[in-house]
Amino acid sequence: MNNTKIMLGNEAIARGAYEAGVKVSAAYPGTPSTEVSENIAKYDEIYAEWSPNEKVATEVAIGASISGVRALACMKHVGLNVASDPLYTMSYIGVNGGLVVNVADDPGIYSSQNEQDTRMVARAAMIPVLEPSDSSEAKEFTKLAYELSEEYDTPIILRTTTRLAHSQGVVNLEDRKEIEDKPYERDMRKFVMMPANAKMRHVKVEERLNRMAEDASSFAINKAEYNDTKVGVITSGIPYMYVKEVMPEASVLKLGCVHPLPKKLIKEFASKVDKLYIIEELEPVIEEQVKSWGIECIGKELFTVQGEYSANMIREKLLSQKVEYVENAAPMRPPILCPGCPHRSTYSVLKKLKIHAAGDIGCYTLGAVAPLNVVDTTVCMGSSISTLHGMEKAKGREYIKNWVATIGDSTFLHTGINSLMNMVYNKSTGTVMILDNSTTGMTGHQEHAATGRTLKNDETYAIDLYGLCKAIGVEHVYIVDAFDTAELESRIKTEVARDEVSVIICKSPCALLKSFVPKGKCFTIPEKCVNCGQCLVPGCPAIVRNEDNVITIDDTMCNGCGLCMQRCKFDAIGFKERV
Amino acid sequence: METKNIMIVGVGGQGTLLTSRILGGIITRAGYDVKLSEVHGMAQRGGSVVTFVRYGDKVYEPIVEEGQADVLIAFERLEALRYAHFLKKDGVLIVNDQKIAPMTVVTGAAEYPSDIIENLSKEYNVVSIDAMEEARKLGNTRCFNVIILGLAARSMDFTKEQWLDVIAKTVPAKTVEINQKAFLQGFEGE
Repeated sequence: MNNTKIMLGNEAIARGAYEAGVKVSAAYPGTPSTEVSENIAKYDEIYAEWSPNEKVATEVAIGASISGVRALACMKHVGLNVASDPLYTMSYIGVNGGLVVNVADDPGIYSSQNEQDTRMVARAAMIPVLEPSDSSEAKEFTKLAYELSEEYDTPIILRTTTRLAHSQGVVNLEDRKEIEDKPYERDMRKFVMMPANAKMRHVKVEERLNRMAEDASSFAINKAEYNDTKVGVITSGIPYMYVKEVMPEASVLKLGCVHPLPKKLIKEFASKVDKLYIIEELEPVIEEQVKSWGIECIGKELFTVQGEYSANMIREKLLSQKVEYVENAAPMRPPILCPGCPHRSTYSVLKKLKIHAAGDIGCYTLGAVAPLNVVDTTVCMGSSISTLHGMEKAKGREYIKNWVATIGDSTFLHTGINSLMNMVYNKSTGTVMILDNSTTGMTGHQEHAATGRTLKNDETYAIDLYGLCKAIGVEHVYIVDAFDTAELESRIKTEVARDEVSVIICKSPCALLKSFVPKGKCFTIPEKCVNCGQCLVPGCPAIVRNEDNVITIDDTMCNGCGLCMQRCKFDAIGFKERV
Repeated sequence: METKNIMIVGVGGQGTLLTSRILGGIITRAGYDVKLSEVHGMAQRGGSVVTFVRYGDKVYEPIVEEGQADVLIAFERLEALRYAHFLKKDGVLIVNDQKIAPMTVVTGAAEYPSDIIENLSKEYNVVSIDAMEEARKLGNTRCFNVIILGLAARSMDFTKEQWLDVIAKTVPAKTVEINQKAFLQGFEGE
């Protein structure tokens, strides 16, 4: 029987976890890591959850590991920052059942706020890193990670990048191997990280890493492919594929374990090739270590620390072959809020009131760009509320009367809630708008603690955001329909003027949710239209002014939110109800 | 076999991912090695999206680069213009004759180029179709992407039966019939 399947890198990691006998998986969605959890959720043998944030997810996995089962936590690179508190100490504790953290970096910043390199964090936390190059390896390395984790008593980071996570390749499916739970025995010196114990564990961590560095030279995933020895390349992950594409005749040392590095193997490889290149995306993590051993090599002298690499880039840098082509001039097409998106309505009101927003991470970050231009700041998950608070403490109450914080429902539960507690505790007067679209939108519609469903789609208690804000001590909490622009306008005016902290929950579901059914479609009535363009102001992609200056609504795109109708003073937009 | 390079470009939300799923299905069934690379996340929200498909005996790189595409399938005119330079000299450019104005055009910061298809035809082997209109005629505008795929399939080496079979196994059961009809409209239509 043909037992192969074409799989996303992320799907292959899920499969690897399944085959490795993993029993517990926890994550918070984050592009490009989200699909690992979505695919793990399909396996009945694995308990899988969306946790409210990556710190919680990692601690859930630590608990599962300590109890004796194989566990997985998944996140994007910036999610690892949120999880870094447990990360650094779980390194000391080590594991009982195998423990793997899948972290997806985003070189090229397709869907992130920075392009940090997880290998740097892993080195700081003294946690080994495996890095696959395609879907097939993604599955195999996941399984190997559990073996290594248990053998060396260490958590393992399985590092991917966007290109790997979101590329599909052929994967060979195997059976799940059920792993017997490891017995749990109380061991205070290993599991309780107070100073005396942590000091001893630190020694163990160093020993472990040294032992692994020694052994890494004979790991099968660190592979020297000797061909022509005039040029040798040390590489790993996706760049390995570019190297093979461009220089099939070169000698390549492919590193599957990128921390700790196999020093002996690298020295041997370097001694056998005339000229040594190191090709790694983002930071010179391998290069700096190799250079520190006195080995001559060329890396970031030629290659950038920014963005993704490509075969053409390597062709140009190493072979001086420049691919000539002429690009056509074409207007940019940046991402935009969808037709029928409730955030557009909310931001159109803020725009009208000339209010600035301290923004957050989600689709609604797009409120920063034209034509809305409302969001002034975006830092990290949950930062909108605390940023606004900091502004008030710096400049005073009057200063933030034309400011609000805007944050999504999922992001609010992720880390925004801490900042709201701070506002109440430290007597802020700011206005927080929770843009509640009943889902984690940008990452592709994942459930969260306030949706009433789990990752496995089981029904569960849905946290009541209104009640939660009240319980924290926010006296003024209001729920407003995001598309009721009149009510929203008056509520915002009242709350920003108020000398107390307040929360406005702007409620309306994401128009991309499967459960969302448009009430109908809007259409323009040319006889009544005076061409004022007010309907165009919020930037709905379904409404266009055509070459002949006539404004029309594309009925294949319109989701019938009616925001354009509310803005038209001439009744020139009609509504056809869905039958 | 020399590696074949196919690109699917369009606007986030147009359903390029379904098209690449069908493509991936037919290629793996035929026993080739294959790599597909997609865009997820924020760029999907109405932004310019690209899917790369490479297949052959052994495929390393998951992306198609400038000057390498055998077939470029564009779901929208402006996106055809944006990515045309990825085509090989003798490559085929399939264009859906649809205009979706990007926000830069809506806000007046840029102008939507005119005569895109005419201009591209001077340089490339262009086949265009108003797939949205064809889909309307079939009674379901949502299957326009499979009509475009049908048209592109003329430049690939798989049989009609292989295509219909993989469509049946890829799309939801209740949409198999309309999708197969849509595919044939592109594959065999005028």
